[in-house]
Amino acid sequence: MRSKIIPLLVVATFATTALTSCAGATTSSALDPSADVTKQTLVVSNWAGYYPEGLAADFEAATGIKITIVNHATNEEIMGKLTTGADSGIDVAFVSGQYAQALNEAGLLQPMEKSMIPNEKNLYTEATTLSYDMGNNYSIPYAWGTTGLCYRSDLMPTAPTSWNDLLNPAPELVGKTTMLSTERWMALPALKAMGMSVNSTNPDDLAKVKTQLLTTKKTLLAFDDTTFYSKLISGESVMAEAWDGWCNYGIAEDPNIKFVVPSEGSDLWVDTMTVLKSSQNKEAAMAFVNYILEAKTQAWVAENILYKVPNEAAMKLVDPAVLASYPNLTMTPAELLKQETVIDLGEFSPQYTKLATEVMAG
Amino acid sequence: MLLVFVLAPLVLILGYSFFQRGRFGGVVFNFSFDNFARLIDPLYVNVIMTSVGMGLVVTILALALGYPTALAIVRLSPKWRTIALVAVLLPFWTNFLVRTYAWILLLNNAGWINQALQGMGVIHEPLTMLYTPQAVAIGLLYMYLPLMILPLYSSLASQDAQLVEAATNLGASPWRVFRTVTFPMSIPGVLTGCVFVFVPAMSNFVIPELLGGGKTVLIGNLIRDQFLKARDWPFGAALALVLTLLLIALLVAQQRASKRLTDGPEERKVSSRA
Repeated sequence: MRSKIIPLLVVATFATTALTSCAGATTSSALDPSADVTKQTLVVSNWAGYYPEGLAADFEAATGIKITIVNHATNEEIMGKLTTGADSGIDVAFVSGQYAQALNEAGLLQPMEKSMIPNEKNLYTEATTLSYDMGNNYSIPYAWGTTGLCYRSDLMPTAPTSWNDLLNPAPELVGKTTMLSTERWMALPALKAMGMSVNSTNPDDLAKVKTQLLTTKKTLLAFDDTTFYSKLISGESVMAEAWDGWCNYGIAEDPNIKFVVPSEGSDLWVDTMTVLKSSQNKEAAMAFVNYILEAKTQAWVAENILYKVPNEAAMKLVDPAVLASYPNLTMTPAELLKQETVIDLGEFSPQYTKLATEVMAG
Repeated sequence: MLLVFVLAPLVLILGYSFFQRGRFGGVVFNFSFDNFARLIDPLYVNVIMTSVGMGLVVTILALALGYPTALAIVRLSPKWRTIALVAVLLPFWTNFLVRTYAWILLLNNAGWINQALQGMGVIHEPLTMLYTPQAVAIGLLYMYLPLMILPLYSSLASQDAQLVEAATNLGASPWRVFRTVTFPMSIPGVLTGCVFVFVPAMSNFVIPELLGGGKTVLIGNLIRDQFLKARDWPFGAALALVLTLLLIALLVAQQRASKRLTDGPEERKVSSRA
């Protein structure tokens, strides 16, 4: 794949120099396929530790495009940067699907120029019909997964199968479980256990969730988004509501740690790549998105970051030994799509924030 | 320069607090008092009360521990005084996250304190210490105790030793000397220390999260969440404004009280002359 880009770039380099300087100056959203991308420089914002270590150097070597990768810790942090200033200086931002949806509705995203992203064909068909952005018009999936229960099989009398095992734990598990504190995921177990949608905008649903969570809170060790797997490793907790990829960090340290998606179902979250409308380097940005979709690049992500990638060609390259150690990597796209895709709830979002505050302060 | 760096952010907060959250975050420049109306919700009033309560508890504990410490340091020989002051300051030279994680190691159910107590047979089941409001108070106390000791020390060290001598020579017991001479003269230091501890203790958001396990919410957490989680900058700004006003009121009260204390004798002199 990489070899295909280079001739294109070489042609582009000799073609037009005058045109590109114009293209760089205007904010027109039209892309110039003959732009000299080597004259463009990219600023990409991604989660820390969520991409290959040598990505910047490899990309520069392959395309001649200068690139700086900056990190954000959370979706909310990068959203803050992107939604408050006219030009954040960021060309490509990695955000979860529902945030890409929000950015697009705010008019901040550049439509994906598919002619410049031939590697899109590597994606599973299932990864092109995701409800936050049907057809990947302004976002391209990077990694995906679900939320479930991450538990110590050696310290639990029976393996959990239901969200109720977490919400109303057996007496011997009281004080030994953790839940996620980010609002949508804090609400998820109770919503699913009561047969409601993870995207519910019904205040009655949220009232029921609140009652349940205030009861559950008394049984919890902590609300924890970031270190729940180390609590499992140390044995401080025996079961945690967890994102599949993060549970794998626990499994890496202790094979007794297992992951299960409860029977009531869960969510499908997707982390995506987006190109900002304010970018002056859109052609280079599209080249970057295309580079990431190369099988080799995304296979590295699956093998080393232990998250599933929506890239069929990449998943085929993943070392079978890795798949055997981390069984949740083998979840098929069909299984993932059975879960409910998280979407942004717009004006209703503050209700979830309030719910989380009520539960944590209650 | 000072104006730009200090005042500009405050003006921004003031301005944002009257606007509204956009449908998907961001700020919509739509003037309203909605954010302040939302503040009256018992939920947020409760969080503010919890924060004030936590601030008070930590301040009282810091005073109870800090005063004897400062007094002891003042009475040391100059050489030991320096060593003691460096020891008080030492924690400030290491990253506070590292120090907070150290408390997690100490307090957790399989932590050192529980292991030691169980090893000695004092307890049979581990005590639940971590992820409780008490753990938050301990963490805050540990973090801000030096801010209490230092102003107390400087206030005590600047006292004229002859006054204590005089009182003792006139037959006052050590307790009476402390009650009528040493303590009254140190009150400005006490007030400064209390404000120094109370203000950051009630607005800290990292310790409630790490040591409170996300089960205790202080106003700092609330503000942080509005900016970094809810993307509701206007409401976050309104909360921050309330906190700022509260702190300004406190500082003014502290200034006035100290001024009254130091000016007091002067006034009396003037009136006796008249």
